Amino acid sequence: MDFKSNVPIYLQVIADLKARMLKGEIRPGDKLPSSRELAVTYEINPNTAARIYTEMERQGLSYTRRGIGTFATEDPSVLEYHRNLELKRIIGEFISELESLGCRIEDIPGLIEEYK
Amino acid sequence: MSVTCTNLTKRYFTKTAVDQVSMTFEPGHIYALLGPNGNGKSTLMKLLSGLTSRTSGEITVDGHPLSYRDKANIAFAPTESIFFDYMKIRDVGRYYQDYFRDFDPSCFQRLLVELELTPDMKVRTLSSGMLAKLKIAATLSRKASLILLDEPLNGIDLLTRESILHTIIAHADPSRAMVISSHMVEELEATVDTALFMKEGRLILSTDVETLREKEGLSLVDKYRQIYGHGELLKEAM
Repeated sequence: MDFKSNVPIYLQVIADLKARMLKGEIRPGDKLPSSRELAVTYEINPNTAARIYTEMERQGLSYTRRGIGTFATEDPSVLEYHRNLELKRIIGEFISELESLGCRIEDIPGLIEEYK
Repeated sequence: MSVTCTNLTKRYFTKTAVDQVSMTFEPGHIYALLGPNGNGKSTLMKLLSGLTSRTSGEITVDGHPLSYRDKANIAFAPTESIFFDYMKIRDVGRYYQDYFRDFDPSCFQRLLVELELTPDMKVRTLSSGMLAKLKIAATLSRKASLILLDEPLNGIDLLTRESILHTIIAHADPSRAMVISSHMVEELEATVDTALFMKEGRLILSTDVETLREKEGLSLVDKYRQIYGHGELLKEAM
């Protein structure tokens, strides 16, 4: 994975894991790799990797069963919440990109219609 | 094992190569030692590995002065080639086994496979990339608590650099500290957790790399430019 070097890497890995959960590549209840495996797969520092599940758990995206490992959340409302956040983020970027080209927000539905 | 330098200084005649460096290397961390040539990185590594003696200051290991016993627990891979031309890779393994009590032959075997080297290759015929990989394999096969790699990425191609960094991450563990010096600052962004910036022999900054990104929005390369590049010139001009 190519990282942006001025954004914390643990956040970028979380974003990637979250995207894979929302797309269904990682399914609810799936066992997630250990943080050591994360370090090797993403080729990141092991201490950076160790922060990933702490933060994901805080956001409710994963849970740990002691001695067994870390699992993807099985709570549909958490996924729904993160899905909505993601949709809002993408739409926000989309709109500000169009606005930077001089487009007004009320023109956008028409543009989408045209594109179809 | 944690290694602490206190006001560590090395002078060669009139030149001060390492100037009052105070720093603790803790197990479980991967450090980047950064700075342009001639700022004391290699000398600091040589002091830590006991290859050169200090002018003043001290080095302690878990609270006691660095002794020959600790040196057996410190692995140093210098920039230059360290193998005899006439040896085969297999012989390099045997040589290390004779020389270092903490050398693990089965780990060496595994590393050779990981790095796509075969035991019957002759050192003389190896490319610079293969030599760099062999150096990493031999050094990481020691069960040392402090691993010092001086410019392990220098002068080798992209894919070899990636495979070396991959191996470093795969062999990092909570009981050992690794220090990597490099000019390839951008390649260490994801690999290290702590960056040490040296300037004119002094350690001018030691920072957690994720904190640097989080608090200042800066990458290692950005910080490097700020310290050694135009940022500094601008500041002086103002």
